[in-house]
Amino acid sequence: MAPGPIRVAETPLVSYLLRRADDALVLGHRLSEWAGRAPTMEEDMALANMGLDLLGQARMLYAHAGEVEGRGRDEDAFAYWRDERGYRNLLLVEQPNGDFAVTIVRQFLYAAYAEPYWRAMMASGDATLAAVGAKAEKEMAYHVRHCAEWVVRLGDGTAESRARAAAALTELWPFTGELFEVDGTDRTLIAAGIAVDPQTLREPWQRTVIQVLAEATLEAPPAGFMRRGGRSGRHSEHLGHLLAEMQHLQRSNPGAAW
Amino acid sequence: MYTQALNAGAVGAGQPPGEDAALLARFQERVDADQRIEPNDAMPEAYRRTLIRQISQHAHSEIIGMQPEGNWLTRAPSLRRKAALLAKVQDECGHGLYLYAAAETLGIAREELVDQLLTGKAKYSSIFNYPTLSWADIGAIGWLVDGAAIMNQIPLCRCSYGPYARAMIRVCKEESFHQRQGFEIMLTLARGTSAQKAMAQDALDRWWWPCLMMFGPPDAASQHSDTSTRWKIKRFSNDELRRKFVDATVPQAHFLGLTLPDPDLRFDADSGHWEFGAIDWDELRRVIAGDGPCNADRIAARRCAHEDGAWVREAALAFAAKRQAKQAA
Repeated sequence: MAPGPIRVAETPLVSYLLRRADDALVLGHRLSEWAGRAPTMEEDMALANMGLDLLGQARMLYAHAGEVEGRGRDEDAFAYWRDERGYRNLLLVEQPNGDFAVTIVRQFLYAAYAEPYWRAMMASGDATLAAVGAKAEKEMAYHVRHCAEWVVRLGDGTAESRARAAAALTELWPFTGELFEVDGTDRTLIAAGIAVDPQTLREPWQRTVIQVLAEATLEAPPAGFMRRGGRSGRHSEHLGHLLAEMQHLQRSNPGAAW
Repeated sequence: MYTQALNAGAVGAGQPPGEDAALLARFQERVDADQRIEPNDAMPEAYRRTLIRQISQHAHSEIIGMQPEGNWLTRAPSLRRKAALLAKVQDECGHGLYLYAAAETLGIAREELVDQLLTGKAKYSSIFNYPTLSWADIGAIGWLVDGAAIMNQIPLCRCSYGPYARAMIRVCKEESFHQRQGFEIMLTLARGTSAQKAMAQDALDRWWWPCLMMFGPPDAASQHSDTSTRWKIKRFSNDELRRKFVDATVPQAHFLGLTLPDPDLRFDADSGHWEFGAIDWDELRRVIAGDGPCNADRIAARRCAHEDGAWVREAALAFAAKRQAKQAA
């Protein structure tokens, strides 16, 4: 166990694994904040379910990052002992839950990307990533279906739900550009047959989003400035609070096992 | 998780007009012959009302019980614990749903039952009015609260009302998993650093007595278990169940190397039971009456979730109506 915050020597593959693991952990954590607060009991169960899927994905990916890094770090070392600047998740997933519309739209925009992403990753040259892909693509397909149903209900429900859904789209849209960003880490791994080119996911993502928004009688916000920085650890102010809460017990008891 | 004083007794002693003695006698014969009563069977009105109250109190307890544990979801000290706790809180929600559905078979809508909870008309287990102040409380709740719940609920698997008995079979399986999980958290803490061990002891100190109160008032002071016993809703008295719980739990505490906060606790070789000290029944009365540490917070949080979700439920209804109208056209 680490005596203090860790800095990971990020090879392209370790960095790539942490990005995906952090996406899943941070979004799963956000969903866990809903426990006992959802609009219906059925939805309380569904949000917990999706949160559990994501936590499961994060744990497999951190464990693999630990093996690849080869310094004996486990899933908790990565989750609890990296500071904000070491986190590599998308800005989208760290955005606060807001109202139910924000949570659902956030989940929908992410899942519509993650489903084709993980399906493509089933062909990854990295056997563990391919195995995670096989599990995650099924889970994310459910997230897409569940959230799409809600986006349609909210968009085509009452005037209030429609206004809230539209506001959530406007709020979160600028975070969607980052989904398709490609940097040196990606290029190295794409060339090695380990990673999928995110540019190839833009078309299926758009198809899902446009189709569901049309059914919801909602419109995609106009193309505009896209926010980025999560992959290099330049986050919004929200992530630090999430981590402070999540990490405090581990960090107050260095060396303890739980 | 669970509700206490489920045994608070049958509602309304007298039989309503039109319910003849022959019906009551036939019903009692069926119960005596250990036949399961099903939703469409004839049953005395008081049986129906007693069950609605008991099952819905149990459901409310599951739903309120999500709060003390949910309090540590975002602070769980490892990813494994975080996932297990989220799954447990989700199980409790599932139990709530399952139990509301069982209550609905008796001819009452879930919305009405939820309304009774939010307006304070209905009770839930007093144990959830205590706060979770450290991670060890998550272990203590699993080990002790779920342990007490199991003592109470195992006999309910043989309850005369079919839907409730069947719900209990599934609920008990999950509770017993939660109980083992809670004990394992306590074991990890008890064998951990001195700070962790102190955390575990502190949790035990705070949860022990409220857990003994979960079984309800002493038999001598409980007026109305008779009808519930005759109808085979309740099979053991409060004191019998409490004693079983203490007998099962004391050796577990010793195994953990923790001290139970009861100077009068001693093993009685003659009876083969652990004798425990006096329970502070005033405290139980206070907490049930609304003056526990978290009563106001628990209901406020429930109301807040309900009110915040109103626009979502309205949207779902409006959308369904629109779809139906389209299909009809």
